[in-house]
Order: sequence, then structure tokens, then C-alpha cells
Amino acid sequence: MNRTVARLTVRGLLGRRRGVLLLVVPALLLVISVIARGADVDKHDLAVNILGTLSLGTLVPILGLVVGTGVIATEIDDGSIVYLLAKPLPRWKIITTKLAVAIVTTWVFAAIPTLLAGLIIYGTKDNLAVAFTLGTLVSGAAYSAVFLLLGVVTRHAVVAGLAYALVWESLVGNFVSGAKTLSVQQWGLSVAKAVAADGSLTAPVALGVAIPLLIVITVAATVFASVRLAGMTLASEE
Amino acid sequence: MSLPPEATAHRTAAADSGVIHNIGYRSYQGPRLGRSYATRSLFVQSLRAAYGLGRSGKSKVLPMLVLGVLGAPALVIVALAILQHSKQLPLDYPQYLSAFSLFVVIFLAAQAPVLMSRDLRHQTVPLYFSRPITRSDYVRAKFGAMVAAMMLLMTVPLVVLYVGSILGGLPFGHNTGHFLYGLVAAALYAVLYSALGLLIAASTPRRGFGVAAIMGVLVVSSIIAGIVFNLSVGSGGQVLDSAQWSAVLSPSTLVDGLVNQIFGLAENPNTTHAPGALGVVVFAAEIAVLVVGSYWLMLSRYRKI
Repeated sequence: MNRTVARLTVRGLLGRRRGVLLLVVPALLLVISVIARGADVDKHDLAVNILGTLSLGTLVPILGLVVGTGVIATEIDDGSIVYLLAKPLPRWKIITTKLAVAIVTTWVFAAIPTLLAGLIIYGTKDNLAVAFTLGTLVSGAAYSAVFLLLGVVTRHAVVAGLAYALVWESLVGNFVSGAKTLSVQQWGLSVAKAVAADGSLTAPVALGVAIPLLIVITVAATVFASVRLAGMTLASEE
Repeated sequence: MSLPPEATAHRTAAADSGVIHNIGYRSYQGPRLGRSYATRSLFVQSLRAAYGLGRSGKSKVLPMLVLGVLGAPALVIVALAILQHSKQLPLDYPQYLSAFSLFVVIFLAAQAPVLMSRDLRHQTVPLYFSRPITRSDYVRAKFGAMVAAMMLLMTVPLVVLYVGSILGGLPFGHNTGHFLYGLVAAALYAVLYSALGLLIAASTPRRGFGVAAIMGVLVVSSIIAGIVFNLSVGSGGQVLDSAQWSAVLSPSTLVDGLVNQIFGLAENPNTTHAPGALGVVVFAAEIAVLVVGSYWLMLSRYRKI
């Protein structure tokens, strides 16, 4: 961790009006849960639908994508990363600092609203709110690491990340059940299932598979991103 | 008023030393092709850029991949229908578009920033305006190019379905009619998606952010429309017509519902459709307002550059 790098990253990520734009995500989640609270339907299904599909399934990947690539890919893209790389600072430290900022931002903008939304819709019954919050925390961290790696590796990080999050996790995962084993979203769901009351959630991936994979992917993505950044030359592109 | 002699002498001396040589510059005498030609060129160039033509090999990968992925299921569907000697395609033309709309959205999200954000990012927009084209010409050309690109993307699978079903001996009249419905749906999707996508792309010079924002708006809105639909179904389980109003929340369900209702394609109450005549009017009005509003916002955005 380097405090200056962290400060600059936060400013780049949330400065000007960008932080306000990111606030759209929690606002949306809270508004829809307040509306949903008044509806006369099965609250359990509703909570699973909103917390699982909307929050864990869509908002967390998109937020993770914007934040994970936003902490480093934008700097690589406009070339200002060279000023950071030229400093006498180990490059893995740059990666870990930026990753920490990304993870904390994802947590603040996704996990806390998920907890609030869960409490609004379903209260503390079945531990559902806490379960989904925990799922959001772990998958948010994994998404941040994976998308940060993508931002270092390719200039088309956002498109590649979207292809993974929406096509692979949602579309392919719906048809090919094996694809769910390799899906951050399902790992998060698996963690959520372990915390929630018995029988209130179903997750296709076992916890014994999900936790090692979450840790391995997060650590491997961070290490690989550090290696790639360490090998990055200062020459300008094109 | 005559000047003193020394001053006149001085002036002639200065004039002698500063001779401008005629080195044969000539002004352009050929035909001026004018505004409409420049706009047309910008349209063609943007349409090609949307498919990566005239750009690097890497930028061709995604649009061509989406085109292929969108067209491949049409081939499979046609092949199945012919092999099984069925009387009807398993998936109707407009339904095909709504079933695979995710790929259309991906194409929009990836290519709209290509058309808009790059010019903003490299500050080439002022260069365009130093030519005869005006700001509204620029927006018109870009919008036209995006609509044409999207239309092309969606027409390919429809044509595959149509040609395949005619060759397979499926009823000609029915298929021609539904093919035309499909084209209308494609045109509505193309215009509405392009308007929204280009507006978002024009508001940010960062390509990545534009991609994520377009994707976020379209995907999240359709998920919210789904959740609200489920909310209004109620615990009874039967779908009321009032639940169909949830379609106004998302561009994709909006077009889907309007097309299904106008052409009478909604066979069961679960299919998205505009509820009644009032629904048709409201859905059509919302599409018109969204398109005109986004176009107007784009115009005012470029007025400031």
C-alpha cells in the first residue's frame, strides 16, 4: 500500500462528477427495494430476485468492471501511467494499492446498498440480507482483481469484461451448467448460501469449490497483473 | 499631402528589398463538392468504422464476431425446420431479435463509442467543423451510420431465416408477412438503440466508460422491467394486462411490446405486448420521445464544441 498512489487513484476514480455517476447503482437498488416492499407478492422470491439477479448478477459485475478498469486502464490508455511507473516504487505495490482502492470502492457502492436493500425488502429473516452482502463482498473483490488484470493486459478491457460477465456468466451459464463452475457470480452465490438459513437459497457450486477458486483467482489475477505491469515498457504506443 | 523626400526614398528602398516572388501558387479551380458530399463521406466512413473496415485487424474482430454469433442460430433454426418438415419456424422473426437482443446491445455498446468518443478524445471534432459540414450534419451522419450498421446487423439473420424457410417450402405468404414484421422491429430497435447509445457515447471521451455506461443502461433497465413485471403479476399467478405496463421501463421491452401488439404476435398473456390501443399509443409516443429527445440532446452537445 502506498498512500499517495491510493489518494491519486481515489481522486481519479471518484473526482469531478464520476463519483456521482457511480452513486446511480446504490440509488437504483434502494429505490427498487422501497417500491418492492409495498408489493403484494412472495417476499422471499422477490428478495432473491432483486438481491441475486439485479445486485449480485448485474450491478456488481458492471460496477466491478467500471471500477476495476477505471483504477488503471484509463491511466494506461491516456499514457499518464508513465509518471507513476517512473517513480522508485515497486510495481507490485502499485497494483496492490490500486486493487485495494477498487475493492473498497466496490464494497462501498455495492455491498452496503445490498445490505440495506435486503433489510428493506426482507428484514433479517433467513439471514438473507447478510448472506447476499457477504456474497457481494467476496464476488466484488474477485471481480475487481479480474477486471484490473484485464485493464493491464488489454486495451479492450471493458468489452472483454462485459463479454465475460454477461455472455459467459449469464447466457452460457443458463444453457451449459458446467460454465457456472467458472463464474464469479456463482461463487458469490455459493458463499451467500452457506450463510443464509437452510433451504432459503440454492447455489449450483459447492462451497468447497467456490472458496478455493475465489482465493486462487483473486491472488492469481493480482500476481499476473503485477508481472505484466513490471514488464511494461515506458515507450508510448502507436 | 505629400511626404518629405527622405521618407519617400526610404519607403521605396524598403519596398525594393521586400519583393514577393511569384512562385506559381494557384487556387483550386475544380468543382466544390459541398456540404452534402462531405456529410455522405462522413456517413460512409462511420458505417465502415462500425464494422472495423478501414481500421486495424483487431478492431474488426468484435463486430464480425457479433455478426457471426447473431447469424449462426438462424442457420441452425432453419436447418432444424427443414429437417423436421415443420410448417412454421420454431422462432418467429421478431422473436428472434428479442431472444438474441443481448448481442445487438453488445454491438451497440462496443461500436457507438467508436463512432463518437474517438473524435472527442483525439479532439478531431473541430477539424470536421472546419470543413463545409455543420454540427447538425455531423450528428446526422453519425446517427445515420449507426442506424444503418445496426439495421444491417439485424437484417442478416432475418434474411437467413426468410431465405431458408422459402427454400424449405414453408408457406410463402405467412413468412413474407412475418419477415416484414421482423424488419419493422429491426428498424425500431436500430433507431431507438442508436439514439440512446450515441447520446451516451457522445457525453464521454473515455471509450471504456461509454461501453460500460451503454451496457449498464440497457441491461439494467431490462432487468428492472422484468422485476417490476414480476411485482405486478401478484401472488395469484395469472398475468394481468396491467403488468404489461412494466415494458415502458426498458427500451428493448418497449419495442418488443409495441411490435407484438401491432402485429398481433402475442399469443399468450405472458408475451410482452403493449396493453390495448392506449398501450400502443403510449409505447409509440415513448419511443418517439426517446429518439427525438436523444437526438436533440446530441445536437445541443455538439453545438458547444
